[in-house]
Amino acid sequence: MTATQRALLNTLRLALAGVAIGLAAGPFFLADTQLGVLADFFSMLVLAIMWNLLAGYADIVTIGQHAFVGVGAYAFYAFAALAGVDPYLSIPLAGVVALIIAVPAMALLFRLRTAYLSIGTWVVAEVMMLGAGKIEAFGGGSGISVPIEILRAFGSTRSRRLATIYWLGFALAVFALGSTYLLLRSRFGVGLMAMRDNEESAASVGVNVTRARILCFLGVAPVLGITGAVITLQKLRIAPQASFSIVDWSVLITFIVVIGGIGTIEGPILGAIFFFVLREYLSDLGTWHLILLGVFSIAIILIDRRGIWGLVRRFALPADLIPIAHRSSSENTAVVEQAGLELP
Amino acid sequence: MVGALINQLLQGVLLGGLYTLFATGLSFSAGVMRFVNIAHGDFIVLACFALLTMTTTLGLHPIVAVVLLLPVAFAVGFTLQRFLLQRVVGEKILLVILVTFGLSIIIQNGLLEVYGADTHKVAGGWMETSTIALGPDVNVGLFSVLTFIAAVIVVGSLDLLLYRSGIGVKIRAVSDDVATADLIGLSSARIYGVAMGVSFVTIGIAAGFMSIWSNFDPSAGPTHLLIAFEVIVLGGLGSMWGSLAGGVVLGVAQTIGAQFDAAWQIMAGHIVFLAVLVVRPHGLFPRH
Repeated sequence: MTATQRALLNTLRLALAGVAIGLAAGPFFLADTQLGVLADFFSMLVLAIMWNLLAGYADIVTIGQHAFVGVGAYAFYAFAALAGVDPYLSIPLAGVVALIIAVPAMALLFRLRTAYLSIGTWVVAEVMMLGAGKIEAFGGGSGISVPIEILRAFGSTRSRRLATIYWLGFALAVFALGSTYLLLRSRFGVGLMAMRDNEESAASVGVNVTRARILCFLGVAPVLGITGAVITLQKLRIAPQASFSIVDWSVLITFIVVIGGIGTIEGPILGAIFFFVLREYLSDLGTWHLILLGVFSIAIILIDRRGIWGLVRRFALPADLIPIAHRSSSENTAVVEQAGLELP
Repeated sequence: MVGALINQLLQGVLLGGLYTLFATGLSFSAGVMRFVNIAHGDFIVLACFALLTMTTTLGLHPIVAVVLLLPVAFAVGFTLQRFLLQRVVGEKILLVILVTFGLSIIIQNGLLEVYGADTHKVAGGWMETSTIALGPDVNVGLFSVLTFIAAVIVVGSLDLLLYRSGIGVKIRAVSDDVATADLIGLSSARIYGVAMGVSFVTIGIAAGFMSIWSNFDPSAGPTHLLIAFEVIVLGGLGSMWGSLAGGVVLGVAQTIGAQFDAAWQIMAGHIVFLAVLVVRPHGLFPRH
């Protein structure tokens, strides 16, 4: 690593920390519309981080992530509006419901492997969406609005509510990023990274692949459920097509992670920023923006499957921005070379 | 009463013929290349729209249009495999899923851009209006019977192709072990291309029947992928004749569900699929 590179890396890390601190104070200086867009951004970022954990590391390429987002949304409504539970408490409870539903779903889905598992998750999500549309208490097929009394619990005025929802989203994003970081730094995470690189080799050196898969699937579900609850506060209503939206919570998320860099911690962040910038400029292009995202993600896979972050790492930066490796790779190289070994 | 019940069951069985047609291409390519083309349903819908344009704008008869479409379909499948999918095949399955998933979204939105969100249908003329009386209260549509016969012929031909022909031997060799097949001089890339081409020919045939049987719109692809997927898992992976059984099971389940309402029709199919997955994870007719 040259001095310039090291300086660049440190500047970027400082900038990242600065942006995070700035975002934490967002409601004090941002306009309401900006808060809304950023709250959206946080939800998408959390979903992207979760999908990346499953698809990028644990080899569970789900196309049914929207199932648990929808379950969270509906569970939140059930607790807060139907059962009269405290609205704040209803948010983590939505996560608990998602976790409870994840157990039988997993028992069923893990009978399938690879691409069959992917489509299986999609079938389960369809069943949940169709089922949600059948329950009259949730407004049936057309859905139902969240009562204003519940929204008031999050702030008496619209601006205050926006600020609260913004902070909820921000806290969730920080939690998702922080826990993923700690997870990947742990012994368990080392196993996950080995699985990402080569599953058979990982299993042969003693990584319990099945256990890792189960823990990831069950760990991700409650976070998706909680995100679904927070999204419901942004959208102000639940509806089968919107709460279980495959385009919003699965398709776009996949594109975000693939374009940003699958199997990297920076990828989902970069992809989410890329997506939101693109959306701001291309929103009037209608369906073309989805076509473009599809073309981009296929191109990325053909050029460098580690996404934009992979390209940045290859050409511009010598080390990861968010260091997961216990030793940076250049130090590793030095150690290996000192030991007189050849790198593969 | 009994007549009505028999009618229902017959409709379900015949619907199963259409579902089998959706599934054969997917079953064939998945069996050979060990991956599932997520855009399979969208390619069926794309072919339906191609047939729509050929029959309305060019004024061709549907049968002529399908016959003209099939070689094009083969070429598209072959090209897609050789120049795009072959670049990611054999590595992590993740990449193939992501590429075909991307294709799926591109096709859906491309069709939406060109044809709009309206539903369409290809006019089948006398083929879809004629009925056959099988008994005092039992009538079936000529077209659904033709569809079922076509499904049996397609399944039988693919089975023969795979187990009784020269190219079938090569395809099976490559599917068993790519490295060894390459070692003994088979060109696995070319054989994969042929297999995908064959898969796309069945997509063309399926689209021919579907475009007359039912309405379609640009967003119909995923529904058809899920049906095709359920059919092959129900029937047992890699079993050609199993997919006919899977199609019939799904068709009957959906017809019974449709007695309640449209949402239940789809739901019933999914529930039967999940239930079979619990009881018999390897499908109804596993290959080994």
